[in-house]
Amino acid sequence: MKKKQNIQSWLYGITFFFITLSGFAQMPIFKRYYIADIPGLGWLANFYITHVMHYIFAGIFMGLFVYSILDCIFFKTDFCLVTKHGMIKIIIFSGLILTGILMVIKNFSGTHFSYGLIITLDLLHIILSMALIIFGLYLLIRPKKELLSD
Amino acid sequence: MTSKISRRAFLKGSVTIAGSVAAGATVVRAASALNKGAKEPLATLIDISKCIGCEECVYACQESNADKYPNPEKPFPEMYPKRVPVEDWSEKKDVTDRLTPYNWLYIQHANVTVNGEQMELTIPRRCMHCDNPPCVKLCPWGAARQEENGLSRIDPDICLGGSKCKKVCPWHIPQRQTGTGLYLDLLPSLAGNGVMYKCDRCYNRLEKGEIPACIEACPEDVQSIGPRKEILEKAHALAKKTNGYIYGEHENGGTSTIYVSPVPFDKLNKSIEKGKGKPHLKKVADSMASGNNIARAMLIAPIAGIAAAAGKFYKTAKEDK
Repeated sequence: MKKKQNIQSWLYGITFFFITLSGFAQMPIFKRYYIADIPGLGWLANFYITHVMHYIFAGIFMGLFVYSILDCIFFKTDFCLVTKHGMIKIIIFSGLILTGILMVIKNFSGTHFSYGLIITLDLLHIILSMALIIFGLYLLIRPKKELLSD
Repeated sequence: MTSKISRRAFLKGSVTIAGSVAAGATVVRAASALNKGAKEPLATLIDISKCIGCEECVYACQESNADKYPNPEKPFPEMYPKRVPVEDWSEKKDVTDRLTPYNWLYIQHANVTVNGEQMELTIPRRCMHCDNPPCVKLCPWGAARQEENGLSRIDPDICLGGSKCKKVCPWHIPQRQTGTGLYLDLLPSLAGNGVMYKCDRCYNRLEKGEIPACIEACPEDVQSIGPRKEILEKAHALAKKTNGYIYGEHENGGTSTIYVSPVPFDKLNKSIEKGKGKPHLKKVADSMASGNNIARAMLIAPIAGIAAAAGKFYKTAKEDK
């Protein structure tokens, strides 16, 4: 059981790393700040490669997220056992998935979202990813005492 | 600039006058067609064989869009790192031989040999207004938009000038002017670099039921505008009649700028001058296709999650028995 949980954590970790990397690569920053000049990282400046990569890892993330939610519902004795930190993560994940799906639909030919909605989706997606990163860092560096009481 | 226009106009003389009469009739027809279906995707047809390279469309575009052009603040903020290029066209506003933030349409020249005969063709070049424009769809800030009538345009109040739209455009159409726009109010040294500019197909004129300035000004009736379906039918009929070739119908998954040429486009592409601000005429595959195909495949992702959870549930239930 523990082995399975470890695999799941690793899958989440790898997915988060690449989804965040490819997500930030949607902004024209990696070339500007020399990161794409590092040997082997030139692809970070190719918007089409990082776009496709973001989609692939978003798909893996959605699959993992759906599995985790169902796992939680069916195999935990009480769904409310999810900690408050867990709930925050679930809310952020759901927001990212929802805005992400709408942005994917927007990218199909012939779909017309209002201009205001497109800007709202873009900003929400960025804000939620930043929130997730900040929250993740907080969980990593928070005092151990708090970890035990969680 | 004025003397140049006058000289050209004078030299063209009677050709221009006769052409203007014909074009006037076309303008009336096109305007009435636009009023009928304001939300319908519109397209333009450019008959290359008619273009005489007079640049009337270029000057009409400049005159009509002058109030949209940038007024950069100088000196420009120092940008970090130093590699970030300053792109300043404000002292070169009269450049008309390429696309710039102050010139959204220019005339490209091609010298080609057809059946042993040397020909010079002139081609009006500007944004193709793709059916699924990567500049709009991939802008990280939503600064570019596509209207329901098919035109795409960049909002100068939101654009940060990162130039992603130019990189993802198969023809690298948008052009940057440093020292203007929203980035100046955010982190001018560290992020952004001005505003990107390109043809917006005179969206403000279309809103009023008028046709784009370049089409209205053309003395040779080179361009016409109308519902995309009708324009495509017209382009195919013209190509059939003249044994011509079509460009723009399938490029990048389809565009609303359809060229008809008496010469194959690969020949034209070899002959034209290409480079910065000078787009090619190559065949272009659909840039958004890979991403959108993966998006369709992504539908399986939640199903895979459900299947994995169901598998675990089944296995546990079996072990409990």
